[in-house]
Amino acid sequence: MLPRQGSTIAGPMDDLYMFIFWLSVVFFIIIAGQVVWFGMKYRRRGPGEKTPHITHHLNLELAWSIIPLLLCIVLFFWGFDGYMKATVVPGDAMEIQVRAKRWQWEFEYPDGIRALNDLYIPVNKKIRMVMISDDVLHSFWVPEFRVKMDVLPNRYTDVWFESTIPGTYNLTCTEYCGKGHSTMRGSIKVLTPVEYEDFVKEGPPELKNMPLRELGELVYKSRGCESCHSLDGSRRDGPSWKGIFGKTEKFTDGTSAVVDENYIRESLMNPHSKIVATYEAVMPVYKGLLRDREVLGVIEYIKSLK
Amino acid sequence: MADVKTTGAHVHGEAAHHASYLEENKGIMNWLVTYDHKRIGLMYLWSVLLMFLVGGLFALLVRLELLTPGEDLMNAETYNRVFTLHGAIMVFLFIIPAVPASLGNFVLPLMLGAKDVAFPKLNLASYYIYVVGAIMAILSIVLGGVDTGWTFYTPYSTSTAGAVTLMTLSVFVLGFSSIFTGLNFIATIHTLRAPGMSWYNLPLFVWGTYATSVIQVMATPVLGITTVLLVMERVFQVGIFDARLGGDPVLFQHFFWFYSHPAVYIMILPGMAIISELIPTFSKKTIFGYRGIAFSSIAIALVSFLVWAHHMFTSGQSPLTNAIFSFLTFLVAIPSGIKVFNWTATMYRGSISLKTPMLYAMSFLLLFTIGGLTGLFLGTLATDIHLHDTYFVVAHFHYVMMGGTVIAFIGGLFYWWPKMVGRMYSEKGGALSAILVFIGFNATFLPQFIMGSRGMPRRYFTYLDQFQPLHQFSTVGSEILGAGILVAILTLVASLRKKPDAIANPWGGSTLEWEAQSPPVTHNFVGTPVLEHAPYDYRHAKVEG
Repeated sequence: MLPRQGSTIAGPMDDLYMFIFWLSVVFFIIIAGQVVWFGMKYRRRGPGEKTPHITHHLNLELAWSIIPLLLCIVLFFWGFDGYMKATVVPGDAMEIQVRAKRWQWEFEYPDGIRALNDLYIPVNKKIRMVMISDDVLHSFWVPEFRVKMDVLPNRYTDVWFESTIPGTYNLTCTEYCGKGHSTMRGSIKVLTPVEYEDFVKEGPPELKNMPLRELGELVYKSRGCESCHSLDGSRRDGPSWKGIFGKTEKFTDGTSAVVDENYIRESLMNPHSKIVATYEAVMPVYKGLLRDREVLGVIEYIKSLK
Repeated sequence: MADVKTTGAHVHGEAAHHASYLEENKGIMNWLVTYDHKRIGLMYLWSVLLMFLVGGLFALLVRLELLTPGEDLMNAETYNRVFTLHGAIMVFLFIIPAVPASLGNFVLPLMLGAKDVAFPKLNLASYYIYVVGAIMAILSIVLGGVDTGWTFYTPYSTSTAGAVTLMTLSVFVLGFSSIFTGLNFIATIHTLRAPGMSWYNLPLFVWGTYATSVIQVMATPVLGITTVLLVMERVFQVGIFDARLGGDPVLFQHFFWFYSHPAVYIMILPGMAIISELIPTFSKKTIFGYRGIAFSSIAIALVSFLVWAHHMFTSGQSPLTNAIFSFLTFLVAIPSGIKVFNWTATMYRGSISLKTPMLYAMSFLLLFTIGGLTGLFLGTLATDIHLHDTYFVVAHFHYVMMGGTVIAFIGGLFYWWPKMVGRMYSEKGGALSAILVFIGFNATFLPQFIMGSRGMPRRYFTYLDQFQPLHQFSTVGSEILGAGILVAILTLVASLRKKPDAIANPWGGSTLEWEAQSPPVTHNFVGTPVLEHAPYDYRHAKVEG
C-alpha cells in the first residue's frame, strides 16, 4: 500500500499507518459483520412479526463510547510523537534553500551552487529544506520520504529528512497551483558518500558534460555576475565583460595588467587585490564557491565575448 | 354493479380521499408563488437533482480524462475548470441544500404534525435566492469558467483569470438561502410541534435537522464574510490575503475552513438523520439509544466548530496548533461512532425488510464506516503529513459525502417518495440501483485510497504511469456508479406514469408523516394530529407494511 521507505522517518510512520489500518479492519469487520449478519438472520419472514422493545443499554453504550475514545487518545499521542520527530529539525542538518515557482523547483546549496528540479544529496545525512514560493502556494512532497510541507509566498517553511538508501526519488507538488501543477515534478538523487564527493567537486553529471563556454554562461546568469557586469559594454558596478579579454586595465593603485586567464582567476578568488580604476571594491569573493571547471567556464565565456 | 361503488378512496385503501396538495390549485403560477412547504420542497428537489446530474456529469468527465496519463479529452486548463465545477456544484448547489431544503422541507412539518414551516414566505424566498445563486454559478461557467478548486485558496484565486468573482458571489448568495432554511427550521421545531410532542418525542430526523440548522445559521455568515473579502481582494486589491501588501494567504484557509468544516457536518448530519428513520422503520423495532443519537448530533454540531485547522496540518501552522486540532478531531469522531453502533444495535432482533430504502441504509452503514475509519489516518498527525492532499483524502471525503450523505439522500428519497407523489415505484428497479451504486461506488473510490497512499496527489491532470491501472479501475467504477444513479432516477420517474397507488403508511413507519394521507392535503393533516406514543414504539404498531 505504501511506497518504498526512503528515509529514517518512513519506518515509524508506516508502523503507525499499519496499526491504524488493522484497527480499522477490525472495527469494519465488527460493524459490517453485524449489518450483514443481522440483515440475514433477522430478515422479516412474514407480516405481524413482533420485535423486542429495547430502548437502550447504558453499559453497552458507555463501552462503545469509551473504548473508541481511549483508542483515539492512543492514536493522538502516537501521531503527535511521530509528527514531532518528523518535523522538528535536528541541529546538525545541512541546509538547502528551495524556491518554488510555477512550475519548477529551484535549489541552492550552502556553497551557492544552484540546481533546477534535480537535487543531489548524500545518503545518511540530515538535510533541511528552507522553502519559499515566488508566486502561489505549492507543497513539497517526497512520498518515499513521507515528508510534506506547504511552500508559502510570504513565510519560510521547512522540512527535513535523512535518506537511507541511494537512488532516485520523486518530488511532486501537492498544493494545487494551476495549469502545470501535475507536472511540477522534481527528482531527488541520493548519492553514496563517494558519488557525492565527486558531485561536489565536479558538479552534477549534466554539468560535467556541458561545454565550458555554456557552463560559463550558466554561472554568469545563476551566480550573480550578471548584476554587476554587462555584456554590451554598458557601465554597471563592475567593468563590462564585452571585449575585456586581452585588454589592458588600469588599477586604482596606478599599476596596470592585461586581462588573461590568470587575471580572471585572481579576480574571482581574491578580487580586492586589483581594483580597476574608477570602480569601488564591491566584488564578492568566490573562493570556495566555484568549482574549478566553472572557473574555466567563466574564462572561456569571457573570451567568447568579443 | 359493484364497480359503481369503487371510488378513488377505495383504490387508495383508505376511508376517504381528500384532494392532495398536488391536486389543489394546479397550474405553474400557483406553484411558483406557493407557500406550501411540500411544493417548495418538491421544487427544491427537482433543482438539486438537476444540479446533481450536472455535477455528476463533470465527475464522469474527470474520471474519463484520467483513464490515461496526458491529454485525452481535454487539456490541463479545461480539466482544472471541470474538477472545480464538479466540486463547487456538488458542494454548494447540491449536497448542502439537498437533504434539508428538499426532503427536510417536505417532511419536517409533517413529522411535527404542523401545517407548514414557521415562516412560509421566508421558505419561498430561500428557494428563489437559491435559484439566483444557481444562475450566477451557471453564468460563471459560461463567462470564462473557474479553475481555483472549490476551496478558492489564495493567492491562486486572487490572481487567476476567469469568472472567479461571479462564482464567489454566487456562493455568497447561496449562503443566504441556507441561512434562511436553517432559521426557518429552528423556529418551526421550537414552535410548531403537535400537542404532546416533547423534545424527547421528536423523530430523530428532526434532531438531526435541528443540529444542521444551528450550524447553518452560525457558520454560514463566516462563509459570507470570507467570500466578500475574496471579492474585495480580487476587485480592489485590499491586501488582506496578499503577501505583497502585508496580508497572509493562509488566513484565507482559516476563514474558509472555519465555515467549511462545520459545513461538512451540514452535509452529513441530515444523512445521519435519514438513516435514523430508515433503520427503525425497516427493522420494525424501536431505535436503540434514542438519546445517544439525539445528543451526538448536538455534540457533533458544537465540536464541529473547533476542528477546522485539521485541513491545514501541512500549511506551516505551529505544532501546538496542529496538536490541539488533531486532538479535537479525534473527539468529534466519537459521536459519529456512537451513532453507527446504535444503528446496528437497532437491527439486532429486528424484523428486517430489505426494501430499497433499507438497502441504501445498509450501504450507508458500510460505506460511512469506511469513511469514518479512514478519517483516523488523517486525524493522526504523523500519517496525515504523508496523506494530506492526496487521493486518500479524495477517497475519504467521497466515502463520507457520497457513501454517507448521497446514499442516505437517495434512500430517503425512495422512503418518502410514496408520501411525496402518492405512487409506489418498482422495488426491482430500486434494489438494482442500490446494488449498482454500492458496487460502482466501491470500485471508484477504494482504489483511490491505495493510489493516495502510494503517492498520487489530488487535482492532477496527468500522472505517473505506475498509477494507471488503479486510475482505470476507478474510471470503470465511476461508469457503474453513474449507471446505478441513472437506474434510481428512472425507477422514480417511471412511477410517475402510474395512477396514484400509495397508501398512507406503506412501510409501517411510526412517525407522524405516515398518519397523513399520501400525498398529503395542502394543510397536511385533516384535523389536528395528536401524538399518542413516542416515535419508533412498535408495541403500538397498527399498520403493516
